[in-house]
Amino acid sequence: MSTPTVEHSAALDAAESGSTELINVTFRIRRFNPEEHPEPVWVDYQLLMDPKERVLDALNKIKWEQDGTLTYRRSCAHGICGSDAMRINGRNRLACKTLVKDVNPEKPITIEAIKGLAVLKDLIVDMDPFFQAYKDVMPFLITKGNEPTRERLQSQEDRERFDDTTKCILCAACTSSCPVFWNDGQYFGPAAIVNAHRFIFDSRDEGAEQRLEILNDREGVWRCRTTFNCSEACPRGIEVTKAIQEVKRALVTRRF
Amino acid sequence: MQIHQYDTVIVGAGGAGMRAAIESTQRSRTAVLTKLYPTRSHTGAAQGGMCAALANVEEDNWEWHTFDTVKGGDYLVDQDAAEIMCKEAIDAVLDLEKMGLPFSRTDQGRIDQRRFGGHSRNHGEAPVRRSCYAADRTGHMILQTLFQNCVKHGVEFFNEFYVLDLLINDGKTAGVVAYELATGEIHVFQAKAVVFASGGTGKMFKVTSNAHTLTGDGQAVALRRGLPLEDMEFFQFHPTGIWRMGILLTEGARGEGGILRNKDGERFMERYAPVMKDLASRDVCSRAIYSEIRAGRGCGPEGDHVYLDLTHLPPEQLDAKLPDITEFARTYLGIEPYTDPIPIQPTAHYAMGGIPTNVEGEVLKNNTDIVPGLYAAGEVACVSVHGANRLGTNSLLDINVFGRRAGIAAAAYADTAEFVELPADPGAKVQAMVDLLRESTGTESVAQIRKELQESMDTNASVYRTGKTLEQAVADVQALKERYQNVAIQDKGMRYNTDLLEAIELGNLLDLAEVLVVSALAREESRGGHYREDFPTRDDVKFMQHTMAYQEVAADGSTSIRLDYKPVVQTRYQPMERKY
Repeated sequence: MSTPTVEHSAALDAAESGSTELINVTFRIRRFNPEEHPEPVWVDYQLLMDPKERVLDALNKIKWEQDGTLTYRRSCAHGICGSDAMRINGRNRLACKTLVKDVNPEKPITIEAIKGLAVLKDLIVDMDPFFQAYKDVMPFLITKGNEPTRERLQSQEDRERFDDTTKCILCAACTSSCPVFWNDGQYFGPAAIVNAHRFIFDSRDEGAEQRLEILNDREGVWRCRTTFNCSEACPRGIEVTKAIQEVKRALVTRRF
Repeated sequence: MQIHQYDTVIVGAGGAGMRAAIESTQRSRTAVLTKLYPTRSHTGAAQGGMCAALANVEEDNWEWHTFDTVKGGDYLVDQDAAEIMCKEAIDAVLDLEKMGLPFSRTDQGRIDQRRFGGHSRNHGEAPVRRSCYAADRTGHMILQTLFQNCVKHGVEFFNEFYVLDLLINDGKTAGVVAYELATGEIHVFQAKAVVFASGGTGKMFKVTSNAHTLTGDGQAVALRRGLPLEDMEFFQFHPTGIWRMGILLTEGARGEGGILRNKDGERFMERYAPVMKDLASRDVCSRAIYSEIRAGRGCGPEGDHVYLDLTHLPPEQLDAKLPDITEFARTYLGIEPYTDPIPIQPTAHYAMGGIPTNVEGEVLKNNTDIVPGLYAAGEVACVSVHGANRLGTNSLLDINVFGRRAGIAAAAYADTAEFVELPADPGAKVQAMVDLLRESTGTESVAQIRKELQESMDTNASVYRTGKTLEQAVADVQALKERYQNVAIQDKGMRYNTDLLEAIELGNLLDLAEVLVVSALAREESRGGHYREDFPTRDDVKFMQHTMAYQEVAADGSTSIRLDYKPVVQTRYQPMERKY
């Protein structure tokens, strides 16, 4: 069953062309190391880059070839583990999911730590408050009665109901893009609400009332001002603001 | 230096570590040490599914699964272990569902199942739908679900604690030593039971699906404490990594009907595997891809890759079943997988070998004896359920089945055992290693040595190997180890010194690469993922046995690798010629 080669689009040809012209790029990084200096400083690094490379590749090049003290978190390098959320040109993104060509490399590309969480060194922030808010919404399936022998049944429709919020990788891009969170460290923040949503709208779960009460708190969903920063920041394309709205509606109607 | 005391310490918080922690936390006072945050672990990158003979969509049973696993591993699998894994697979999947894992569902609301490489009906008759999945982010959902249940059970995590040494006193496990990344402080964890679940070693290769963090930390610690590593020459190259980048594109893409094509558009797998075609085992597919490339039928200007073609599948199917990998193609290649085929090449993916254990997860110190209180599970371990080549989805199964077993066994041991006295100055070795690196005034760079290591491994110890290329690799690795003695770092600080971290990780990779190539050079046969062009057939007379590699330290401090062999456990299945 041999079929002819599918037509080559211009995009495929471009993807397969091995030779790309390298360009000069300036990365302007907000450095902070309290062991050395109490205040953060902006430092410029010049690199020769293939514009199709990732911003994470640029950080690695700087660390490996120019300045080993540059410090950031990274792991999978393809947008799955959530380690490398940072502010790139003023917008929260994953460095490993952002290509140099997509962030205007003609001008200096600015990189700084995400906001609203204490910066510990360079691009590393204290993630503990973020994970505490996540834990506070009881992010696990709550069921009553005896467990079935086999799996719990769930229709494709019911499964689809919360599909979007299962994609969350806990990178904090949404929470640290939220103006309410910047000004009020007590606010749960979008990521915790997304993870509450994931269970509230799971037909198998019986803990929705408890979670909704937690989110009905003064620092809960009502603090959301619907600025949509979180939806724009999510590297997984989750409709975060919509999820928050759905939780608000569930609180009012007690239907989920 | 701080000293902590826990009944059970688990090293690593990926799938195996967290599955173990859920069990051990309910039975013993447990600490989980991870050099990342738990949800950053590479279990989350697994895509296609977890096989279990649920028979939700067609006839299936665990014995067929066992056969496929043994055959997939080219008969180097310990059959008693494979039987346990495939039998317990069914409960492992159901347990995850009960923990909340949002599996994709059938029309009847049951867990849906799809085809996967090497998984067949009735001993190889035809592909079978065995893989339980959640779109193409099954690993992500497993990692999240296990983390959620760790939160539920109050598992105590020490995040960004990097374990650098294992303490054994009088032949028994006494604890581990860790380096706290945030502060640079050394911590000693005294423990009755220790479970290693620290993952794989893929970063010794250049083109790899593995995370930056997969540097064989647990294997290296064990090796340096005199424990053997089993079957390290068997490394899996996944057929479909994004060309040059190595990012994984799930075998589930072929399970959904995707086809591998060469530059002529030919579905070339029909020639290599007439029955299973694109769903032959990974070693077979990866070799076929390189055969096509070598024969001048590769794609692109340099003819150095082939295509994964999904263009004949309906866009709705891609959106529902393969949303992440189609997104990867768009993000990293700028192509539209609805209409463009995806340039791919084999990518270093999975270490079949590791720290030898029995089916309870107990670590072996030689062919027969265990180290009391020491356990390992997941990719760091070698049970061996994967033999010479792991079947797709069996890693997610392995971490759940043997993670659970190791967690239960470790906690049970801790329940009856006494703490073993810590050796004198337990953190001294680690402190000396860290100080040496931090204060070194050498001239070698970590990045340069790592790059050369990865390039040599890709060139000399990849899908095709010969005695000559492996000798080259041995020479390269040993020369790089020499140069590593003279490595220096720029960051001299205590706080989040990732420069130091990368230097330590490189030291681990170098030691493990040496084990891999020395073991591979000695194995003068071809079996599963280990293919020797100079010995192209399987030799069951000489090599139906597991390699056991030990690091020997000479009086002058220099090290060498000593090889021994261990028999394979065969129960039901006699070795046969392997055809797909």
